[in-house]
Amino acid sequence: MCLAIPGRIVEFDEADQHLALVDVSGVRRKVNVDLLQDEPLERGDWVLIHVGFAMSRISEDHAREQLRLLAMLGEDRQAMQELEGYEFGEGPHRPRPPGEEAP
Amino acid sequence: MKYVDEFRDPRLIAQAADEIRRLVDPGRRYRIMEVCGGHTHAIYRFALEDLLPRNVELIHGPGCPVCVLPMGRVDDGLSLTGDPSVIFTTFGDVMRVPGRHGSPLERQAGGADVRMVYSPLDALRLARQNPDRHVVFFAIGFETTAPSTAVTLRAARQVDIPNFSIFCNHVMIVPAIRAILDSPDMRLDAFIGPGHVSTVIGCRPYGFVAREYGKPIVVSGFEPLDLLQSIVMILRQLREGRAEVENQYARVVPWDGNGPALRALAETFDLRPFFEWRGLGFISQSALQVNEAHARWDAERRFPVPGIRVTDPKAAQCGEVLKGVLKPEQCKLFGKECTPERPVGALMVSSEGACAAHYNYGRRRTAVA
Repeated sequence: MCLAIPGRIVEFDEADQHLALVDVSGVRRKVNVDLLQDEPLERGDWVLIHVGFAMSRISEDHAREQLRLLAMLGEDRQAMQELEGYEFGEGPHRPRPPGEEAP
Repeated sequence: MKYVDEFRDPRLIAQAADEIRRLVDPGRRYRIMEVCGGHTHAIYRFALEDLLPRNVELIHGPGCPVCVLPMGRVDDGLSLTGDPSVIFTTFGDVMRVPGRHGSPLERQAGGADVRMVYSPLDALRLARQNPDRHVVFFAIGFETTAPSTAVTLRAARQVDIPNFSIFCNHVMIVPAIRAILDSPDMRLDAFIGPGHVSTVIGCRPYGFVAREYGKPIVVSGFEPLDLLQSIVMILRQLREGRAEVENQYARVVPWDGNGPALRALAETFDLRPFFEWRGLGFISQSALQVNEAHARWDAERRFPVPGIRVTDPKAAQCGEVLKGVLKPEQCKLFGKECTPERPVGALMVSSEGACAAHYNYGRRRTAVA
C-alpha cells in the first residue's frame, strides 16, 4: 500500500500535460505528474511513484537506495507489476495484446 | 544477525545501535510507536528490534490502511455489486480483506464484477471504456493515497464522466495519533512519524504531539539505518528532556508538505464528523468524504448504502494488537485460525499489518514482560 516506486522521467506527454513517461529498471509507463506541478520538473529527474502518481522529486542516489530497499523488502516484483499494471496512459481503448488477460 | 549482511552499511548500523545503547537509561522502559505500515514491515523484515536494548519497545500502531478499515465498510462497498450495472474496483490490498460475506476476491469468484486496479485513474479509464456500466472505485489509504483519489475526482468532474464514483474510505493519521494519545490504556514515550504520509502533509501537523502531549516525534525514512537514526533522535530528545518534531527523512519530506496534493484534497473532500476505525472505535474528524461540489461522483450519495456495522470476531483481538496492548503472537487466533492464507482479521491481510509481518518474518525476541 505504501509502495513508492522510483522512476526517471523520460519525456512529458505532449497531448496530455498531466502525464509523463517514466522508466523504472527498463519498464516504461505513463504516470500523472499533477502533484509535482509546483516543482521545476525536467526530463531526467527522478520521482517516487505511488498508485500512478509522481509524489516527490528525489535525487538519483535516493532513487537507487529506494530500488534496493524494495528488493530487500521483497517488494520489487510487486512494484514492477504495479507499474506494468498502469493502463491510464495508454489511451482510452488500448487493444489488449494477445495472451494478456483481462484484469 | 540474519539480515545484517544486506544492510547498506553494516558499520553505520552498528554505530547507531551502539549510540542507542549509550542513550538508554537501563532503569527506564521506552515505548515508541510507529504509525506507518511501511515502517512496521521494514522493522520486522530487518529484525530491527533485535538491535535494540530489551527496555526499548516498538509498538506497531494503526499505520496499515486495510487493517484499520472496519469490516462493515467492506460489506457496505461490496453491497453495491448487487446492482448488475456496477463494476467494483479497488486496490490489490483490499481484494483479500474479509467481509461478512467474503472478501472482494471471493465475491469475484462468486460472479460479482469486482476488478483490481493499480491506480484510481485506471478505474476512471474503465468508466470511459464502459459507458453503459457504472464504475465504483473503493478508495482506501492515508494522506499518501488520498491526493491520487482527489486528482481522479477532479478529472472526473472536468471531463464530466457520469458513470464513475468514489466510495471513500480515506483516513488521516493525525487524528488517530491524538486518539491514541488520549486513550487511557496507552502509555507511550514517543512516535516514529510516517514517511510517505509526511511527504504530503509535511511535519507541521505533528506539532501538537510535542506541544500538547510533551512527546517527541521524528519523521523517518524506511531504510534500516533511517529507522535506527530516528530512534537515536528520539532517545536524545528524551534524555535532554525535549519534545519536538524532527525530520530524519528530509531528503524526501518537505517541512510544509506537498502544496498541489494539499490543494487537491481541499478542492474535493470534506472532513467527516466521525469515522469508525477498527480497534480504535469512532474518531471525530478522522476521515474524508467527497465534498458537495463533487457529489455526483460520490458512491455513498448515488447508491443506497446499508451502513453495516459488524463487530469483529470475538476471539480475534485485532483492536488490542492495533493499539499495542497485545503483541500479535498473544492473540488467541494468531497462526492458528488466523494466517495470511486465511486471515480472520485485517492485520493478517497486508504485509504492513503487524500480524502478517510477525507471521512472515517471525520473532527471535520475546516481548519485554
